[in-house]
Amino acid sequence: MSTPPRIPDRRPHLHVGERMHGRAQEEVPQELYDLVPRFGNGSRVPGWDDAADLTKDPQQIPDPATTPVPEGLRADIEALMARYPDRRSAALPALATAQKVHGWTSPEAIRQVACVMRLTPGYLISVASFYDMFDTKTKRKHRIFVCTNISCSLNGGRELAARVKAQVGEDEEIEVRGFECLGACDIAPMASIDGVYVGPIDLDEVPEMIDQVRAGQPPLPAKQLRARLSTDPHANSQDFPAFDVLSVDGTPHAANPDAAQPVRDPASGTVGEMPGDMPGPSAPFEQAPDPPEGPEPKR
Amino acid sequence: MTQTLLYRDIDEPGLNTLATYERRGGYQALRKALSMPPEAVLEELLASGVRGRGGAGFAMGRKVSFLPKGTMDKYLCCNADESEPGTFMDRELMQKNPHQLIEGMIIASYAGGINRAFIYIRGEYALQADILDAAVEEARAAGYLGEKILGSELDLSLVVHRGAGAYICGEETALLDSLEGKRGNPRLKPPFPANQGLYQGPTLINNVETLSCVPAILDMGGAEYAKIGAENSTGTKIVSVSGNVQRPGNYEIELGMKSRDIIYELAGGPPPGREVKFWFPGGSSSPVLKPEDLELPYDFDSIAKAGSMLGSGAIIVIDDSQSVVDVALWTAEFYKHESCGKCSPCREGTNWTVKMLERIKAGQATPMDLDIAASVCTNIIGNCLCVLGDAMAMPVGSMVDKFRPEFEDYIEQARLRSEQASSVPHEPLQVLQGAH
Repeated sequence: MSTPPRIPDRRPHLHVGERMHGRAQEEVPQELYDLVPRFGNGSRVPGWDDAADLTKDPQQIPDPATTPVPEGLRADIEALMARYPDRRSAALPALATAQKVHGWTSPEAIRQVACVMRLTPGYLISVASFYDMFDTKTKRKHRIFVCTNISCSLNGGRELAARVKAQVGEDEEIEVRGFECLGACDIAPMASIDGVYVGPIDLDEVPEMIDQVRAGQPPLPAKQLRARLSTDPHANSQDFPAFDVLSVDGTPHAANPDAAQPVRDPASGTVGEMPGDMPGPSAPFEQAPDPPEGPEPKR
Repeated sequence: MTQTLLYRDIDEPGLNTLATYERRGGYQALRKALSMPPEAVLEELLASGVRGRGGAGFAMGRKVSFLPKGTMDKYLCCNADESEPGTFMDRELMQKNPHQLIEGMIIASYAGGINRAFIYIRGEYALQADILDAAVEEARAAGYLGEKILGSELDLSLVVHRGAGAYICGEETALLDSLEGKRGNPRLKPPFPANQGLYQGPTLINNVETLSCVPAILDMGGAEYAKIGAENSTGTKIVSVSGNVQRPGNYEIELGMKSRDIIYELAGGPPPGREVKFWFPGGSSSPVLKPEDLELPYDFDSIAKAGSMLGSGAIIVIDDSQSVVDVALWTAEFYKHESCGKCSPCREGTNWTVKMLERIKAGQATPMDLDIAASVCTNIIGNCLCVLGDAMAMPVGSMVDKFRPEFEDYIEQARLRSEQASSVPHEPLQVLQGAH
């Protein structure tokens, strides 16, 4: 008697004593292991993932008297708030500014922004965790985002990402990540190196490119997006010269995205002119810093 | 002969500065507009019939006319959060000719009685945002922005707002939330932004390319502009051609041009010895079309009639060396990553579609999975607050639909491969093979 035909299992068979939840027991990857605070002996610090204590009041707006904010950062955020009819609109640019000062969106950075903007840290954490460009963990000095979206993958973007990762190896200063569409499919396969778009990158050029990143030089100057002329044969009535990436001619020029921004020293913080607009009406404070003392006023 | 309106001498050095732009006749359209009453400017926009270039293809003039009359604060948001895979025309426009966009925004604001304008640009476009910042500063110093612009009654402020990396913020209501400093979650519509948008005020939202068309419309007159292009798809359109083509890039075409001419003559067609297998006519959100559809004229209505959409005007060409399963997986992965998580059909549907496609690739799938994938897609479409879920379901659904034999073949081959690799041999799939 033959066994009836059956659909093969999608999951590997579990042996007696193996962990369930549909997953065979695997080695925990190191980065996941490190996410959890642990004692020296490897056991978890108790309470690290306890649910929020709902009986406690949420974190209040930080008190300006006890929250030191670098003067430059404060002035920047205030200038940003003045650009909008509602000061809360400045949350994204303010967090970006604080990230530049602190290097990442640290809890301290969030508290400082919250203090200046008169918002709760919880609100800003909810915003910061939504967007890809806020680093809620420390980041490395250089960043290479290799596009792995459709157009780049069709032209070998995934092989490029693997090659770049292999070339960088264990370098502690360079982070390599596959990234969703960066909006430069015309130079596929491409990468964004510290915010500078470069492409199309041949696999042979990867070692040269990584060396340039390590040396702090502009990566593959001839292949930067800035130097690319339009492909449309009808667009130009004459031949124009391409933009020379290595020249500095006073036009906005981002060899490094942080360099284009007014970078401030966290300690002294000189105030530059913000690219703002005619100031709108000063926005009302929507939340009082602290509830007033005494009995609640009658409504 | 194609008319070149937006891309005229786009590579001229220094075009991003006010001096060069003015020397070439820049801001003359604005002077002309300000000499007319706002209603007449609106009439020109309506007469031009220009349709939104961002994806939905809604007539821009009508959108402006929906703004309520009155003296309340009204807002203009330029959607520069260009993140649709395959789309990169706005990037080039902002980088090389930012004043064209600013002039278009001022004219549109005059027509709609708008006094506050924003450009929401995606955070990854740092270079373009810097260029825009500098251009806005120049325009303000020259009196094109601020109070009483060029002696008229128009007051307008313009702020360049940088996003922080979220595809969903290109959806108009999510963009508004993000601009208000919140998480970029889409809102329920209605109320539409024309009535209650930014800060609950009337808001006009248009794409970079649409607003960049406005100076040309004023320059030549709406009726004259409407003569360019095809019926109901007037004007020129910049198409971003990418994927397996020899000359990927942005091309300004007259709407109604044959799709084959765009892909083969302008972009050079697939590499030698390769054929077009299928193509996305309007970004990765549009249902795919097959080579026989290459004869279609490239305009809004013809592409819609073929069951797809012109969308943002991004053509992605896939040649016959590629597997449709890979492309479906890459597409689904993108939407899975970018789903904001507000609505369950999109959040769960994109996730499960990716899992199913990964199963297909790993050789653990059965042809039944294709039916499940198709049903997941039909259950997403129309059931979410915004169209991000639909944007995954439509192309993936169309790929499964149009290339079903290839999917089934791939499943069988992958299963055989995984069986050979695994030490435990499985029994053949007798039951399910008969089912299809």
